[in-house]
Order: sequence, then C-alpha cells, then structure tokens
Amino acid sequence: MASAVSALGWGVALILLPLTGAVLAFVLRPLATRVGVGTALATTLATGGLALALVETGSGRYPIGGWEAPLGIALAADGLSLLMLAMTAAVGLAVSLYVPGYFRDKPRASADFWPLWLFLWAGLNGLYLSADLFNLYVTLELIGLAAVALAALAGSADALAGAMRYLLVSLVGSLFYLLGVALLYHAYGSLDIAILAEQVAASPPVWAALGLITAGLLLKTALFPLHFWLPPAHASAAAPVSALLSALVVKGSFYLLLRLWLTLFGAEAGGLGTLLGLLGAGAVLWGSLQALRQTRLKLLIAYSTVAQLGYLFLAFPLATGLAWGAAVYLALAHALAKAAMFLAAGNILMFGGHDRIADLDRVAQRLPLSVAAFALAGVSIMGLPPSGGFVGKWLLLQEAIAQGAWGWAAVLVLGGLLAAAYVFRVIGYAFTQAEVPQEPHAVPATLGWIAFLLALGAVLLGLVAPQPLALLGIGAPLGEIGTAP
Amino acid sequence: MTAALWYALAGVGLFALGLYAMAVHRHLLRKILAFNVMGAGAFLVLAGLARRAPEGSADPVPHALVITGIVVTVAATALALVLMLRVREATGAAALPEDRPD
Repeated sequence: MASAVSALGWGVALILLPLTGAVLAFVLRPLATRVGVGTALATTLATGGLALALVETGSGRYPIGGWEAPLGIALAADGLSLLMLAMTAAVGLAVSLYVPGYFRDKPRASADFWPLWLFLWAGLNGLYLSADLFNLYVTLELIGLAAVALAALAGSADALAGAMRYLLVSLVGSLFYLLGVALLYHAYGSLDIAILAEQVAASPPVWAALGLITAGLLLKTALFPLHFWLPPAHASAAAPVSALLSALVVKGSFYLLLRLWLTLFGAEAGGLGTLLGLLGAGAVLWGSLQALRQTRLKLLIAYSTVAQLGYLFLAFPLATGLAWGAAVYLALAHALAKAAMFLAAGNILMFGGHDRIADLDRVAQRLPLSVAAFALAGVSIMGLPPSGGFVGKWLLLQEAIAQGAWGWAAVLVLGGLLAAAYVFRVIGYAFTQAEVPQEPHAVPATLGWIAFLLALGAVLLGLVAPQPLALLGIGAPLGEIGTAP
Repeated sequence: MTAALWYALAGVGLFALGLYAMAVHRHLLRKILAFNVMGAGAFLVLAGLARRAPEGSADPVPHALVITGIVVTVAATALALVLMLRVREATGAAALPEDRPD
C-alpha cells in the first residue's frame, strides 16, 4: 500500500506542476515561453515517472492530506487514466514545442497562451486522476473555462462568437452533470466513485442521474447531434489551440463518461448503450459528409473530429472489454493524428496566409514536411494499416462481427471510405497549381517536423498495440474485464 | 411531501426554466442570466436534499459543494460577460451569428 501511495506522489506532481507553471507564466509575462516549455518538459517527465511506478505497483490510490474517503477526497490512477495522461503529455509536449515558433512574431498572444494552456493541462491531469464526482465537476469546469479562453485568443469575430457558443454549451453541460451528481449524492451519501460503485443499484434516482450525467457529457464531447458548437470553435482558433481542443479537450469528457459507464452505470444502462451507438454512427456519417463539403481546411479537420468522436461511441452497444480497449485506442490514435493535422494546417495557413482547400497551390512541393504530416495523419484517420487508427477500428470490427452486429461493422467500413475521400481531396489540391499565384511566407522547419513526428507517432502506435492494451489492464475498471485481443 | 422534496422540485423547476430561457433568448446577456438561473436550480437541489434525515441535523457536505459551485459560477459568469462585450465590439451585436436578424 505504501508503494502505491508513493506512485501517486507523481500524480500529485502532475497536477501541481502545470498549476504552478501557469501562475508563474501569468506573473512573469516576459518569461512566459521559457516557463511554459520548462513546465511542459517537467510535466511530461512526471507522467513518465507515474507510468513506471504504476507498471511496478499496479493501480494506486492517494488520500489527499491523509483523509480517506468518504471524509476526504482521493486521487486514483489505473491503466485507463495512465493512458489518457500519457496521451495528454505526448500531444501537450508537442504543442508546447510548436508554440514558440508559431507565435514568434506575436509576443502578446504567446504570453496569453501559456498560463491558459498550463491551467488546461492541470485540469486535464486532475480529471484523469480524480476519484471523486464533485472534484471531477471542478476539473471539468477548469478545463472548460481554460479551453474557451484559449479558443477566444485568436481575437477574430468568428473566434469570439465560436468561443462564446462553446462557453454556453460547456456550462450547460457541466450543470447537467452537477444535477446528476446531486441526485447520486442524495441517494447514496457519497461522492467517491469506488464507494458508489459498490452501492449503486437500479432505482429511479440512479436512472435520472445516468440520464443527466450522460446528456451533459455528450454535450461536452460534441456527439452528433450535439456537435453544432465544435466546428466553429475549433476551426477559428489559432492552430496550436485547435490541436489542443480537438486532440485533448473533447477526450476529457469522453473519458469521464467511459469511466462512469464502466464503474457505475454499465449494468443499469439498458438500451441507452444502443442509443449512444446509433448517435455515434450518425456522427461518423454526418461528420464525414460535412467534412467532404467544406471549402476551408481547418473546418474540414474540425468536422473530421466530429466523425472520429462517433467511432468512440460504437463501443457502447458492443460493451465488451475488447470494444472498450478499442475505443480507448482510437482515442489515443485520434489525439496524435488530429493534433498533427491541425499543426500541419497551421503551417499551411502560415505559409499561404489562407486555408482555402481549392487554392492550396502546389503546397506539397513547397511545404513537403507539413503535407507529409497531413497525409500520414490521414492514414491513421482513415484507419489504414499499420496505424493506430487501424488497430482501434480493427478491434471494433472484430468485436462487431463476433457479436453478429453487421450494422456497426458497415458504419466502420463506410466511415473509413468517407475519411479517405476527404483526406485525398486535400492532398489532391496540395499538388495542383492554384489560379491566383500567392505570396508565400517562410515557415520555420521545426514546425513542420513537430507535425510530422506527431503523425508518425499516430502511425507507429499501430505497431506497438499490445503494450498500451496491456497497460489498460492495470487495475479496475478494465483490468477485470480483460482487454487482450 | 417533505420539505426537502419541495426544495428539490423547486430546484428542478428553476433548472428547466433556465434551460428554456437559454434556448429561446437571443441576447447574450439573457443567455448568461439563464445560465445563472439554471445554476441556482442545481444548487437548490443540492442544498435542499442535504436534509437527509427528517429529525437529524443537515449534512454539511452539500453546503460545501454549493459554495464551491457558486465560486465556479461567478468565475464562469465573469468570463462570459467579458466575452459578450468582446463579441459586441467585434460584430456590433451581443448575439451569436445564428441569432442575429439579418
């Protein structure tokens, strides 16, 4: 037990480090970039430390201040939270290294970016480590407020309106969640997930809480048809912010839904899992079709996020260990690939001054690394082997066929074809000459490399599939179900 | 009908009223106020249900939760008001693009 507590010492560091960094970056504005990059490196190292400790000791629980639940508030970490933390660290570090180059002519935007991003990182880490329903509400709000402020940073009328809509949606989602938590607390007198998991039984308050919490989190995860706020907010933000929002922020609320579903609601949900699957299928088809229709690159990528989020919900009707593992794997692969796509789009935007797909003007020859990053990320988004996206979809497909659920299998295949159509549409225009020649601007080589390495990570994730799936088996809730294919 | 249940029902009513107002009003200030009404409803449910045992003393945990929730709501409202002013500066109207009469 003592070693499990020391493992979670890394968890405490994972929350305190970015929080301290955020305050320092806010106070020491001229040094914000240095503070920010330093904090990003330290937080990534701490994530590694937690990973090593957890592999050694298994899942851990840390009572803050020595007070155990139900009186105190505990932190907890298992394989599922570890993978989400690692995803946050990988994308977070890449974006943190990308930002100094991207904002090199905009010191004000850069100084505004760092405190918000580090607050967001602290909120995400807090979310993945919390074992208390109300603590989770607070981290959800921290994430929402920081994400909205980041989205508004771009300052254009579109970005401000997008951020405003995002804020209202995020707040309403949180209140739905809070109302559900209030009902659960009334029924069982505890907010600790582990304690609740032992007591929850099918009863009207639990059904109401299930409905309210699921609705709130679906709104925040932008599942079709509640996705209306996502494309404008994600597409009009600055490129590194878009990458953070699409890769990490929506995954936070998805993770929470997944965890509550696995620990509290799974047995009580009944037909709701099928409904989530149907909405997920709707998201895959509608998001992909909308992505095909877009004329702006960043909007295309944002609609692609709507579609890719849909896949994650196909696991809910299948509801086996393998399906849950596949959904988590898809979330990881999507985080890397989508961050790479948005960063590549940022480079293209910086290069040509616009992101109109039809006027990309031979950008493949002139910005080869960024277009390669986009194409490689596209491989994972389409789900071609050997990428991480392929492994996730393959496991889902295998499970759907094993259960004879041909409808879900058809959605998986059709979604992949549509994704191929919109990725190749962009790549096609990247090779052709535009009618109006444009004045290009220099893009630092590091920006291209960072996008490329992220995309490469998304593809290589497919080759190391057994390791992350084994990590998922650390501790409850997925450890008991078994995720090994 | 216990007093706690009355409070909870009133809270749910406020929550629903706020949600309705959020959906139908176009002006951002009204939407922000609607969010605050929804929040008040959720807090009323929490505080009302704190009276778990009819004869016993009130449970302090929900009170702590409500105070934290109010702090979060104040911060969120401040951010929303600033954003509203920026939206009005940039577009000339304190409304979202889809809600502007053209």
